[in-house]
Amino acid sequence: MTWTFLSGKPIYAQIIEQITHSVISGGLPAGAKLPSVRDMAREAGVNPNTMQRALSELEREGLVYSQRTSGRFITESEDLISALKEKTAREKTGSFLREMLLLGYTAGQAADLILNYGKAEKNE
Amino acid sequence: MSEYILDCGGITKRFDGVTALNNVSFRLRRGKIVGLLGPNGSGKTTLIKIINKLLVPDEGAVYIDGIEPGAETKSLISYLPDREFVNGRMSVTELIGLFSDFYADFRADTARAMVGNLGIDLKAKLKTLSKGNREKVQLIMIMSRRAKLYLLDEPIGGVDPAARDYIINSIITNYSPDATVLISTHLIADVEKILDEVIFIREGSVLLHENADSLREREGKSVDAVFREVFRC
Repeated sequence: MTWTFLSGKPIYAQIIEQITHSVISGGLPAGAKLPSVRDMAREAGVNPNTMQRALSELEREGLVYSQRTSGRFITESEDLISALKEKTAREKTGSFLREMLLLGYTAGQAADLILNYGKAEKNE
Repeated sequence: MSEYILDCGGITKRFDGVTALNNVSFRLRRGKIVGLLGPNGSGKTTLIKIINKLLVPDEGAVYIDGIEPGAETKSLISYLPDREFVNGRMSVTELIGLFSDFYADFRADTARAMVGNLGIDLKAKLKTLSKGNREKVQLIMIMSRRAKLYLLDEPIGGVDPAARDYIINSIITNYSPDATVLISTHLIADVEKILDEVIFIREGSVLLHENADSLREREGKSVDAVFREVFRC
Protein backbone atom coordinates (compact mmCIF):
# COMPACT_ATOMS: atom_id res chain seq x y z
CA MET A 1 0.00 0.00 0.00
CA THR A 2 1.16 3.53 -0.62
CA TRP A 3 0.25 6.08 1.96
CA THR A 4 -0.25 9.80 1.59
CA PHE A 5 -1.19 12.05 4.46
CA LEU A 6 -2.68 15.49 4.21
CA SER A 7 -2.10 17.98 6.94
CA GLY A 8 -4.88 19.26 9.13
CA LYS A 9 -6.74 16.00 9.47
CA PRO A 10 -6.18 13.43 12.19
CA ILE A 11 -3.81 10.75 10.94
CA TYR A 12 -5.82 7.85 12.36
CA ALA A 13 -8.83 9.05 10.34
CA GLN A 14 -6.73 9.18 7.18
CA ILE A 15 -5.43 5.66 7.81
CA ILE A 16 -9.02 4.41 8.17
CA GLU A 17 -9.98 6.08 4.89
CA GLN A 18 -7.00 4.70 3.02
CA ILE A 19 -7.43 1.13 4.24
CA THR A 20 -11.17 1.28 3.49
CA HIS A 21 -10.42 2.60 0.03
CA SER A 22 -7.90 -0.13 -0.58
CA VAL A 23 -10.43 -2.79 0.44
CA ILE A 24 -13.32 -1.55 -1.68
CA SER A 25 -11.11 -1.04 -4.71
CA GLY A 26 -9.72 -4.56 -4.36
CA GLY A 27 -6.17 -3.62 -3.41
CA LEU A 28 -6.67 -5.52 -0.17
CA PRO A 29 -8.90 -8.50 -1.02
CA ALA A 30 -11.47 -10.03 1.33
CA GLY A 31 -9.82 -12.30 3.89
CA ALA A 32 -6.33 -10.87 3.27
CA LYS A 33 -3.96 -10.98 6.22
CA LEU A 34 -2.64 -7.62 7.37
CA PRO A 35 0.99 -7.11 8.40
CA SER A 36 1.72 -6.43 12.08
CA VAL A 37 0.84 -3.03 13.51
CA ARG A 38 4.51 -2.20 13.78
CA ASP A 39 5.23 -3.12 10.16
CA MET A 40 2.23 -1.17 8.93
CA ALA A 41 3.27 1.81 11.03
CA ARG A 42 6.77 1.67 9.62
CA GLU A 43 5.49 1.40 6.07
CA ALA A 44 3.19 4.38 6.54
CA GLY A 45 5.78 6.30 8.55
CA VAL A 46 3.37 6.85 11.43
CA ASN A 47 3.31 6.16 15.13
CA PRO A 48 2.40 2.53 15.98
CA ASN A 49 -0.17 3.78 18.52
CA THR A 50 -1.90 5.75 15.77
CA MET A 51 -1.95 2.71 13.49
CA GLN A 52 -3.32 0.64 16.36
CA ARG A 53 -6.06 3.18 16.98
CA ALA A 54 -7.10 3.13 13.29
CA LEU A 55 -7.14 -0.67 13.17
CA SER A 56 -9.21 -0.89 16.37
CA GLU A 57 -11.69 1.52 14.81
CA LEU A 58 -11.83 -0.64 11.65
CA GLU A 59 -12.41 -3.68 13.85
CA ARG A 60 -15.35 -1.95 15.50
CA GLU A 61 -16.76 -1.21 12.05
CA GLY A 62 -16.29 -4.87 11.16
CA LEU A 63 -14.07 -4.28 8.14
CA VAL A 64 -11.14 -5.88 9.93
CA TYR A 65 -11.17 -8.72 12.42
CA SER A 66 -8.42 -10.11 14.57
CA GLN A 67 -7.69 -13.64 15.53
CA ARG A 68 -5.97 -13.95 18.84
CA THR A 69 -2.91 -15.80 17.66
CA SER A 70 -2.69 -15.40 13.93
CA GLY A 71 -3.13 -11.67 13.45
CA ARG A 72 -5.49 -9.31 11.71
CA PHE A 73 -7.48 -9.94 8.56
CA ILE A 74 -9.76 -8.08 6.19
CA THR A 75 -13.36 -9.21 6.60
CA GLU A 76 -14.49 -12.16 4.51
CA SER A 77 -17.97 -10.70 4.16
CA GLU A 78 -18.38 -9.66 0.53
CA ASP A 79 -21.73 -8.15 1.54
CA LEU A 80 -20.06 -5.76 3.94
CA ILE A 81 -17.48 -4.79 1.35
CA SER A 82 -20.05 -4.14 -1.36
CA ALA A 83 -22.19 -2.16 1.10
CA LEU A 84 -19.16 0.00 1.90
CA LYS A 85 -18.37 0.36 -1.78
CA GLU A 86 -21.91 1.52 -2.46
CA LYS A 87 -21.79 3.96 0.45
CA THR A 88 -18.55 5.45 -0.89
CA ALA A 89 -19.96 5.65 -4.43
CA ARG A 90 -23.04 7.48 -3.12
CA GLU A 91 -20.89 9.94 -1.21
CA LYS A 92 -18.74 10.65 -4.27
CA THR A 93 -21.83 11.05 -6.45
CA GLY A 94 -23.33 13.38 -3.88
CA SER A 95 -20.31 15.65 -3.78
CA PHE A 96 -20.05 15.66 -7.59
CA LEU A 97 -23.72 16.57 -7.91
CA ARG A 98 -23.46 19.35 -5.35
CA GLU A 99 -20.65 20.90 -7.35
CA MET A 100 -22.57 20.57 -10.63
CA LEU A 101 -25.63 22.21 -9.03
CA LEU A 102 -23.40 25.07 -7.95
CA LEU A 103 -22.33 25.46 -11.57
CA GLY A 104 -26.03 25.69 -12.52
CA TYR A 105 -26.46 22.19 -14.00
CA THR A 106 -29.50 20.06 -13.26
CA ALA A 107 -29.07 16.46 -12.18
CA GLY A 108 -30.24 15.38 -15.64
CA GLN A 109 -27.71 17.59 -17.42
CA ALA A 110 -24.98 16.26 -15.12
CA ALA A 111 -26.02 12.71 -15.98
CA ASP A 112 -25.85 13.54 -19.72
CA LEU A 113 -22.39 14.96 -19.21
CA ILE A 114 -21.27 11.73 -17.60
CA LEU A 115 -22.81 9.54 -20.28
CA ASN A 116 -21.26 11.60 -23.07
CA TYR A 117 -17.94 12.19 -21.30
CA GLY A 118 -15.95 9.58 -23.25
CA LYS A 119 -17.33 10.71 -26.62
CA ALA A 120 -16.62 14.36 -25.96
CA GLU A 121 -13.03 13.50 -25.14
CA LYS A 122 -12.61 11.70 -28.45
CA ASN A 123 -13.92 14.64 -30.44
CA GLU A 124 -11.46 17.09 -28.91
CA MET B 1 6.15 0.95 38.81
CA SER B 2 4.76 4.44 38.44
CA GLU B 3 1.92 5.20 36.07
CA TYR B 4 4.05 7.93 34.55
CA ILE B 5 7.48 7.29 33.13
CA LEU B 6 8.26 11.00 33.43
CA ASP B 7 6.76 13.45 35.88
CA CYS B 8 8.01 17.05 35.88
CA GLY B 9 6.53 19.22 38.63
CA GLY B 10 7.03 22.98 38.79
CA ILE B 11 10.51 23.06 37.33
CA THR B 12 12.18 26.46 37.36
CA LYS B 13 15.74 27.10 36.27
CA ARG B 14 17.56 30.42 36.16
CA PHE B 15 20.97 31.20 34.71
CA ASP B 16 22.48 34.39 36.19
CA GLY B 17 19.04 35.74 36.95
CA VAL B 18 17.66 34.89 33.50
CA THR B 19 14.76 32.46 33.73
CA ALA B 20 15.30 29.56 31.32
CA LEU B 21 12.43 27.43 32.60
CA ASN B 22 9.46 28.81 34.44
CA ASN B 23 7.31 26.42 36.50
CA VAL B 24 7.27 23.62 33.91
CA SER B 25 4.92 20.76 34.77
CA PHE B 26 3.86 17.82 32.65
CA ARG B 27 3.60 14.05 32.87
CA LEU B 28 4.22 11.39 30.25
CA ARG B 29 2.78 7.89 30.21
CA ARG B 30 4.56 4.80 28.92
CA GLY B 31 4.60 3.84 25.26
CA LYS B 32 4.28 7.34 23.78
CA ILE B 33 6.28 9.29 21.26
CA VAL B 34 6.17 12.89 22.38
CA GLY B 35 7.39 16.00 20.57
CA LEU B 36 8.94 18.74 22.70
CA LEU B 37 8.45 21.60 20.30
CA GLY B 38 9.66 25.14 20.61
CA PRO B 39 11.79 27.70 18.83
CA ASN B 40 15.49 28.09 19.53
CA GLY B 41 16.12 29.31 23.05
CA SER B 42 12.76 28.21 24.42
CA GLY B 43 14.32 25.92 27.04
CA LYS B 44 14.09 22.49 25.37
CA THR B 45 17.71 21.52 25.91
CA THR B 46 17.76 22.88 29.48
CA LEU B 47 14.70 20.78 30.29
CA ILE B 48 16.21 17.64 28.79
CA LYS B 49 19.45 18.21 30.70
CA ILE B 50 17.50 18.54 33.95
CA ILE B 51 15.63 15.29 33.29
CA ASN B 52 19.03 13.72 32.69
CA LYS B 53 20.52 15.26 35.85
CA LEU B 54 23.14 17.19 33.90
CA LEU B 55 21.59 20.30 35.44
CA VAL B 56 19.80 20.74 38.75
CA PRO B 57 16.60 22.82 38.82
CA ASP B 58 16.29 25.79 41.17
CA GLU B 59 12.76 24.74 42.02
CA GLY B 60 10.56 21.76 41.32
CA ALA B 61 11.22 18.07 40.94
CA VAL B 62 11.56 15.44 38.26
CA TYR B 63 10.59 11.80 38.69
CA ILE B 64 11.54 9.08 36.24
CA ASP B 65 9.33 6.07 36.82
CA GLY B 66 8.69 7.52 40.27
CA ILE B 67 12.39 7.93 41.11
CA GLU B 68 14.40 11.15 41.35
CA PRO B 69 17.22 11.42 38.77
CA GLY B 70 20.37 9.71 39.98
CA ALA B 71 22.43 6.60 39.53
CA GLU B 72 19.31 4.43 39.40
CA THR B 73 17.63 6.41 36.63
CA LYS B 74 20.73 6.35 34.40
CA SER B 75 19.79 2.83 33.40
CA LEU B 76 16.24 3.89 32.54
CA ILE B 77 17.17 6.79 30.26
CA SER B 78 18.88 6.72 26.87
CA TYR B 79 19.94 10.24 25.95
CA LEU B 80 20.98 11.70 22.60
CA PRO B 81 22.63 15.08 23.23
CA ASP B 82 22.12 18.00 20.85
CA ARG B 83 25.76 17.88 19.79
CA GLU B 84 28.08 15.12 18.68
CA PHE B 85 29.17 13.03 21.61
CA VAL B 86 31.45 10.49 19.95
CA ASN B 87 35.21 10.51 19.82
CA GLY B 88 36.16 10.79 16.15
CA ARG B 89 39.25 8.64 16.53
CA MET B 90 37.11 5.66 17.50
CA SER B 91 35.86 3.14 15.00
CA VAL B 92 32.22 2.06 14.91
CA THR B 93 33.22 -1.31 16.40
CA GLU B 94 35.04 0.42 19.26
CA LEU B 95 32.01 2.62 19.89
CA ILE B 96 29.76 -0.44 20.03
CA GLY B 97 32.23 -2.03 22.49
CA LEU B 98 32.13 1.11 24.65
CA PHE B 99 28.32 1.10 24.77
CA SER B 100 28.30 -2.63 25.58
CA ASP B 101 30.64 -1.97 28.52
CA PHE B 102 28.64 0.95 29.83
CA TYR B 103 25.09 -0.23 29.39
CA ALA B 104 23.80 -3.65 30.36
CA ASP B 105 20.71 -3.07 28.18
CA PHE B 106 22.71 -2.33 25.00
CA ARG B 107 21.95 -4.67 22.09
CA ALA B 108 25.24 -4.83 20.24
CA ASP B 109 23.89 -7.18 17.56
CA THR B 110 21.06 -4.79 16.73
CA ALA B 111 23.48 -1.88 16.52
CA ARG B 112 25.92 -3.79 14.30
CA ALA B 113 23.11 -4.91 12.00
CA MET B 114 21.71 -1.39 11.67
CA VAL B 115 25.10 0.15 10.94
CA GLY B 116 25.74 -2.66 8.44
CA ASN B 117 22.40 -1.97 6.71
CA LEU B 118 23.54 1.58 6.10
CA GLY B 119 26.60 0.26 4.26
CA ILE B 120 28.92 1.83 6.82
CA ASP B 121 32.19 0.01 7.40
CA LEU B 122 32.37 -1.08 11.04
CA LYS B 123 36.13 -0.48 11.05
CA ALA B 124 35.81 3.09 9.77
CA LYS B 125 36.89 5.84 12.14
CA LEU B 126 33.93 7.99 13.08
CA LYS B 127 35.64 11.18 11.92
CA THR B 128 35.89 9.79 8.38
CA LEU B 129 32.10 9.39 8.12
CA SER B 130 29.88 12.09 6.66
CA LYS B 131 28.04 14.26 9.16
CA GLY B 132 24.77 12.57 8.25
CA ASN B 133 26.20 9.10 8.76
CA ARG B 134 27.82 10.12 12.04
CA GLU B 135 24.46 11.38 13.29
CA LYS B 136 22.81 8.13 12.18
CA VAL B 137 25.44 6.06 13.99
CA GLN B 138 24.93 8.08 17.17
CA LEU B 139 21.17 7.63 16.99
CA ILE B 140 21.62 3.89 16.38
CA MET B 141 23.70 3.66 19.57
CA ILE B 142 21.03 5.47 21.58
CA MET B 143 18.12 3.49 20.14
CA SER B 144 19.93 0.15 20.53
CA ARG B 145 19.54 0.37 24.27
CA ARG B 146 16.46 -1.12 25.84
CA ALA B 147 15.65 1.96 27.86
CA LYS B 148 12.34 3.07 29.37
CA LEU B 149 12.74 6.70 28.39
CA TYR B 150 14.55 7.99 25.31
CA LEU B 151 15.48 11.66 25.32
CA LEU B 152 16.42 12.78 21.83
CA ASP B 153 17.61 16.36 21.64
CA GLU B 154 17.35 17.59 18.03
CA PRO B 155 17.94 14.16 16.43
CA ILE B 156 17.28 15.45 12.92
CA GLY B 157 18.91 18.85 13.20
CA GLY B 158 21.74 18.80 10.72
CA VAL B 159 20.85 16.08 8.24
CA ASP B 160 19.23 15.94 4.80
CA PRO B 161 15.58 14.89 4.34
CA ALA B 162 16.44 11.29 3.35
CA ALA B 163 18.57 10.89 6.47
CA ARG B 164 15.70 12.40 8.48
CA ASP B 165 13.36 9.73 7.16
CA TYR B 166 15.89 7.07 8.09
CA ILE B 167 16.26 8.45 11.60
CA ILE B 168 12.51 8.78 12.12
CA ASN B 169 12.05 5.25 10.84
CA SER B 170 14.66 3.90 13.25
CA ILE B 171 12.88 5.62 16.11
CA ILE B 172 9.53 3.96 15.30
CA THR B 173 11.12 0.59 14.69
CA ASN B 174 13.37 0.44 17.70
CA TYR B 175 11.54 1.77 20.71
CA SER B 176 9.84 -0.92 22.71
CA PRO B 177 6.08 -0.49 23.11
CA ASP B 178 6.33 0.26 26.83
CA ALA B 179 9.04 2.87 26.40
CA THR B 180 8.47 6.57 25.86
CA VAL B 181 10.43 8.74 23.44
CA LEU B 182 10.72 12.48 24.01
CA ILE B 183 11.97 14.23 20.86
CA SER B 184 12.94 17.86 21.00
CA THR B 185 12.93 19.63 17.67
CA HIS B 186 11.84 22.69 15.75
CA LEU B 187 11.56 20.70 12.48
CA ILE B 188 7.97 19.75 13.14
CA ALA B 189 6.75 18.85 9.67
CA ASP B 190 9.31 16.05 9.55
CA VAL B 191 8.33 14.39 12.81
CA GLU B 192 4.69 15.17 13.34
CA LYS B 193 3.35 11.99 11.74
CA ILE B 194 5.02 9.85 14.38
CA LEU B 195 4.03 11.88 17.44
CA ASP B 196 1.36 10.74 19.91
CA GLU B 197 1.53 13.94 21.89
CA VAL B 198 3.00 17.38 21.49
CA ILE B 199 4.29 19.83 24.07
CA PHE B 200 4.73 23.43 22.95
CA ILE B 201 7.29 25.34 24.97
CA ARG B 202 7.87 29.08 24.72
CA GLU B 203 10.25 31.21 26.74
CA GLY B 204 10.56 28.49 29.33
CA SER B 205 6.85 27.84 29.83
CA VAL B 206 4.65 25.02 28.61
CA LEU B 207 1.97 26.51 26.33
CA LEU B 208 0.20 23.32 25.41
CA HIS B 209 0.37 19.58 25.97
CA GLU B 210 -2.06 17.62 23.85
CA ASN B 211 -2.63 14.52 21.75
CA ALA B 212 -1.37 15.30 18.23
CA ASP B 213 -4.48 14.00 16.45
CA SER B 214 -6.82 15.90 18.80
CA LEU B 215 -4.88 19.09 18.10
CA ARG B 216 -5.16 18.52 14.33
CA GLU B 217 -8.85 17.78 14.66
CA ARG B 218 -9.59 20.82 16.82
CA GLU B 219 -7.58 23.28 14.74
CA GLY B 220 -8.16 21.69 11.33
CA LYS B 221 -4.45 22.18 10.67
CA SER B 222 -1.24 20.28 10.86
CA VAL B 223 0.78 20.54 14.07
CA ASP B 224 3.37 22.36 11.97
CA ALA B 225 0.78 24.98 10.90
CA VAL B 226 -0.43 25.44 14.48
CA PHE B 227 3.17 25.84 15.62
CA ARG B 228 3.87 28.48 12.97
CA GLU B 229 0.83 30.43 14.11
CA VAL B 230 1.59 30.21 17.80
CA PHE B 231 5.24 31.12 17.36
CA ARG B 232 4.89 33.70 14.59
CA CYS B 233 7.64 36.26 15.01
